[in-house]
Amino acid sequence: MVHVLITVTTTYQPATDLGYLLVKHPDRVHTFEVPTGTAYVMYPEAGTERCTAALLLDIDPLALAGGRSRRGKSGRGTSPTPDGFTLGQYVNDRAYAASSLLSSALSTVFRSALRGASKDRPELAATAIPLELRVPALRCRGGADLAGKLFAPLGWTVTATPIPLDPTRPDWGDSRYVDLVLTGTLRLADALNHLYVLLPVLDDAKHYWVAPDEIEKLLRAGAGWLAEHPERGLITRRYLAHRRALAGAALARLAEQRLADEPGDPDTVVETTDGGADEEANLPATVDRQPLAALRRAAVLDALDSSGAARVLDLGCGAGALLTDLVRNRRYTEIVGTDVSSRTLAVAERRLRLDRLPPRQRDRIKLWQSALTYRDDRLRGFDAAVLMEVVEHLDPPRLPALEAAVFGHARPGTVVVTTPNVEYNVRYPGLTAGGFRHTDHRFEWTRAEFAAWAEAVGAQHGYTVTISGVGAHDPEVGSPTQLALFTLAAPPPATVPADTGRATRTTGNANDDSTTGDARADSTTSKAEAGSATDGADDSTVGHAIGSATSSANGDSTSGDGGGSR
Amino acid sequence: MSTLDIPELALVALVGVSGSGKSTFARRHFAPTQVLSSDTFRAMVADDENDQSASGDAFEVLHHVAGKRLRAGRLTVVDATNLQQHARAGLVTVAREHDVLPVAIVLDVPEPLCWERTQARPDRTFGRPVLGRMQRDLRRSLGRLEREGFRKVHVLRGIEEIESAEIRYEKLFNDRKELTGPFDIVGDVHGCRVELEALLVRLGWTLHRDEAGRPVNATHPEGRTAIFVGDLVDRGPDSPGVLRLVMGMVGAGTALCVPGNHEQKLLRKLRGRNVTVSHGLAETLAQLDAEEPGFVAEISAFVDGLVSHYVLDGGRLVVAHAGLKAEYQGRASGRVRAFALFGETTGETDEYGLPVRYPWARDYRGSATVVYGHTPTPTPEWVNNTICIDTGCVFGGTLTALRYPSRELVSVPAAKEYYPPARPLTATPAGTPATPGGGRSGAVERDDLGLDLRDVTGRRHVDYGYGAVTVPAENAAAALEVMSRFAVDPRWLPWLPPTMAPCSTSTLEGFLEHPAQAFEDYRKAGVDRVVCEEKHMGSRAVVLVCRDEVDPSAPATAGRFGPGDGVVYTRTGRPFFGGDRDRELLSRVRAAVGSAGLWAELDTDWLLLDCELLPWSAKAGNLIREQYAGVGAAGRAALPAVLAALDQAAGRDLPVAELRARMARRATDLSRYTEAYQSYVRPTDGLAGVTLAPFAVLAGEGASYADRDHGWHLALADRLHAADPELFTPTRRRVVELGDPAAEAAATDWWLELTAAGGEGMVVKPYAGLGARDADGRLLQPGVKCRGRNYLRIIYGPEYAEPDQLAVLRHRSLGRKRGLALREHGLGLAALDRLAEGAPLWRRHELVFAILACESEPVDPRL
Repeated sequence: MVHVLITVTTTYQPATDLGYLLVKHPDRVHTFEVPTGTAYVMYPEAGTERCTAALLLDIDPLALAGGRSRRGKSGRGTSPTPDGFTLGQYVNDRAYAASSLLSSALSTVFRSALRGASKDRPELAATAIPLELRVPALRCRGGADLAGKLFAPLGWTVTATPIPLDPTRPDWGDSRYVDLVLTGTLRLADALNHLYVLLPVLDDAKHYWVAPDEIEKLLRAGAGWLAEHPERGLITRRYLAHRRALAGAALARLAEQRLADEPGDPDTVVETTDGGADEEANLPATVDRQPLAALRRAAVLDALDSSGAARVLDLGCGAGALLTDLVRNRRYTEIVGTDVSSRTLAVAERRLRLDRLPPRQRDRIKLWQSALTYRDDRLRGFDAAVLMEVVEHLDPPRLPALEAAVFGHARPGTVVVTTPNVEYNVRYPGLTAGGFRHTDHRFEWTRAEFAAWAEAVGAQHGYTVTISGVGAHDPEVGSPTQLALFTLAAPPPATVPADTGRATRTTGNANDDSTTGDARADSTTSKAEAGSATDGADDSTVGHAIGSATSSANGDSTSGDGGGSR
Repeated sequence: MSTLDIPELALVALVGVSGSGKSTFARRHFAPTQVLSSDTFRAMVADDENDQSASGDAFEVLHHVAGKRLRAGRLTVVDATNLQQHARAGLVTVAREHDVLPVAIVLDVPEPLCWERTQARPDRTFGRPVLGRMQRDLRRSLGRLEREGFRKVHVLRGIEEIESAEIRYEKLFNDRKELTGPFDIVGDVHGCRVELEALLVRLGWTLHRDEAGRPVNATHPEGRTAIFVGDLVDRGPDSPGVLRLVMGMVGAGTALCVPGNHEQKLLRKLRGRNVTVSHGLAETLAQLDAEEPGFVAEISAFVDGLVSHYVLDGGRLVVAHAGLKAEYQGRASGRVRAFALFGETTGETDEYGLPVRYPWARDYRGSATVVYGHTPTPTPEWVNNTICIDTGCVFGGTLTALRYPSRELVSVPAAKEYYPPARPLTATPAGTPATPGGGRSGAVERDDLGLDLRDVTGRRHVDYGYGAVTVPAENAAAALEVMSRFAVDPRWLPWLPPTMAPCSTSTLEGFLEHPAQAFEDYRKAGVDRVVCEEKHMGSRAVVLVCRDEVDPSAPATAGRFGPGDGVVYTRTGRPFFGGDRDRELLSRVRAAVGSAGLWAELDTDWLLLDCELLPWSAKAGNLIREQYAGVGAAGRAALPAVLAALDQAAGRDLPVAELRARMARRATDLSRYTEAYQSYVRPTDGLAGVTLAPFAVLAGEGASYADRDHGWHLALADRLHAADPELFTPTRRRVVELGDPAAEAAATDWWLELTAAGGEGMVVKPYAGLGARDADGRLLQPGVKCRGRNYLRIIYGPEYAEPDQLAVLRHRSLGRKRGLALREHGLGLAALDRLAEGAPLWRRHELVFAILACESEPVDPRL
């Protein structure tokens, strides 16, 4: 397999001194075994006026499949793509495009040059010389312009020529690849370090697991230029493959280097495609400084608070932002978060730091995998349930199943539902007209549509509904988020068991009582139990009926229980 | 000799002092696994069977094990002294929790003998006073056992009685599994004698009358047995007449009867209890006033002798007045009887002040068919294999019988409304409005009651008739997410296509897959005729289309599968395009099926079609652009630069010739790869340019077509093509007799031609059809794919055919993929069978869900 290429050209004279700096003789073909394949260094030209070194990496496909790209495995944590592509690890551009594979080959092959060390030409290594670097196939995530933004501040003149996707399909436009040419006068070590760090940043798909020691590598390679780089935030995050904790630590250390008092906060960064755990976390709430997500959680908490609920369900809890708030409030004695994605629940578990809570705190919180289109007996008997930004993730034909499962079966006393107000979308300049706020939204409702749905659900299941807005109210289009508070009109009497399971247990206890030999206790309890189970024809004396039947000589031996009451 | 009668399913407590011989007795009469000894459990938790301080823990575990056994319906014997009331109470509780009868067997042995035996055991260290206390406890216990709840108490006094005792097992009264019918099960009669007579006559029964002309018995020429679900009396005009007939039939052995709540209340009234005379009891009492006292006494005895439910036909049929949940069937306890008579309520009352019934049938997952009455409904409907056949005759409805096993419903109308209903008759016990099923028989299941999470989650063992599969919990968890977030409504998802294995790996030079291997695979499996179908270059699309179009603006109209008139879904159950394009596609398929005359010919209102939707770019355009074209673009950018650099280096006499030659071959590979993905791209605009290639007609009403051969399937596909040539693409194919070398060679040439022209390849299937089996009766792979050489570049990489790479790839292992394909295929066939037989939604969904869960098995995606 092939064959990614970098060429390094200099017009410093004598140009062949490049061979000393790289520690590779210009008249030989140098071969290196690297973990991902074989690297070749050779000199297509080696004159005194101009000398070019080429690094060619011949990738071993098997090594590649073993150390597969993390992209697609991570990506958005909550969206498996069942119809999607699973062959990516076998048919991909890694063989052709410059990436972290090339970067690591670079660091192996040109180790001392990267350090700026040269036994034979130490002064030259410390001198800026005229250089031209070419990367003929570089994947540039974020567009060709980004290459300019990353390299230009470092003193390079940047030419990034987009490569068409398919010459036979001009309508498909350009691919994500560019033919990158950098010219400038720099120290060779700096030039190589720039490539080492920025190639994988532009490619944005690291081929290996990003371990914490990557911070050290980044800071070493970025010494002297990264701390002042205007795009250091993006570089750091991408280099560390979006692991926020690592990126945060690295940025903090960069800030120390700069002696700046403004460390970047990774959580305020807008990630355009890797949507964060909290939807719309980055959409401004206009007037307020607070992000909309926080306002929404506050509104939901208010609604729960006013309902007096103590045992609450967060249905579709995602990564657990609301759960974190609920846990802080001691009035909630039982908090259950459910989500259909077990991976998301694992994230929530980490985020809540459940393993570090004292047992009594720990026992208040449960995380269950559940799907809102199926009935789930575990969800019955709670005071309140929250469906925060959940309904819009279901296809409209599946909504009746959710309504039946939540309002019909789980049947909590209070249900809080929030969903976007689509009318407000015109106030988001970044949103294309008619676009939704999240790629997984199946619909977004107008205020009238939401009200109609809420009223209908309330009427069908016996809930009263109050609708309000969350976020700044716009006189024309309303608030960005809408909230419906459903209250069960006539909660079942407290004496009645909430589900069959409990009814069964109650009966069991009643029977236990009879073993004490107290005949009256048995028949009375049976009466209460059976009495509730009768239609009009069976009035309050049913319990005796059972007793009498069981005692009859030729009677139903199978009815045996309650014999003790005779 | 004393004979101890014990119910087949019981919790037997042995009661006796130390040294009374309980363990010996248990060993003699019961299997070792049936006996739970407190000594054993003490040893289990404390390494010492005499450690009394471990008794608490030991009994906790013992009760737990006893509970597990009883839940599974296994007789369990507890070998402990059981001399104290609290110890016995624990056992009675366990028995009742599982609705089985507690039985006590007391071994009463003279104290001196017990002492002698105790002394003989070195591990028993307690003194004689302890034994004396035990004896006193035993004396005290003897009179109490029945009151404590033991249904049977057998006391064996002295060595001789104990030595000679024999155990005899007795069946529960509700166990009539030996009766296999056929049955005519009759709903709530409520004194409507005229209608009952009419119904019986309509069912072919002959009525026998007494001198006064009153019917006193009925017999059926075919020897059928009638079963009455109770509520014979009250409200109606002639409750005594109904009782006379039913009592006669039960007495003559031509009928069985279970009691209803009205019989129960009548009995209590007749016995002089203080009951509120309401709900039609007054009418019955007035009618009985005219009867002879002797007859009234007979009625009392009859009702008193009724058994609350019956388990019939080998356990396949259960009849109870108000239904019975699975865990109560064949069990015996007060609450079982209460459930059978009265059902279960939620504790709420409706707007008419009547109790709201808990929809137990919605949760029913048992295997036995449950037939019941109690709740009037206008039309009986199957819910999870249960049916309520009370059609409110006395309220002016009809009197209904269910014929078993044919499941036919037969009704006669009421002559008039005899009694005003307290609330209008609603559709179902679930209280939801009626949605008339589109099916034509009465055996259509209600599907709109939803699914329970327990139907699909956790580690599940699914026995689907063609085999069994264990779905690991994590696969189910993954499938749950896909099913819940992306798939169409489960009612509209009756089947998912199984994955398909490739043919065995070819050893021919330059080939990874070749027809020779496909033919050999089937020849080895004993297949003599296969069909080779061209492998269409599109996306899998399953089409479920109903004959009658439903106006989308009137979604309340429910068809055979719920609201709607069809779906088009992907291989993982997602809507294909979603929205209007799917509806437009459906409407054209519907029209083509109509003009091909298939609705009438197959006698169905809907069809399930397995298709490929073309071109691939219609669905996967993005993927082709982003992934495949992107790789091509990167390669096209990199390789010329690489070659240029190498040329320059060669010009400097550097030894790069071999490297350059290799790189040049890569460039050729890349351009072939580019051609391979380019042939999947065809311009489409909405549905314009989209075509459908059906290759199997999977099912229609009441039928799975898995037994039809592929000639039949493809002939239907051709007719669809003829009906709408613009929409339907025909499937090119060759039928090949295996073992005829000329035929195999011709088919191979055909494949080479197809693939040389850019085709993907072909699928080889046993000609006999989807359900084809081998000589041992095992399912065959429904097809194997044989993919073209060039096509495989977009699977294995542009350069896979390089000899060194091919050599590595030939080691690919197909076993896992084949196993998976076969499991998914079997699950799919079973799903089609259950669809045909009208099985409950949860039974069908569990299979479809399992197919999806199988798909999360880690299998090489290139296969």
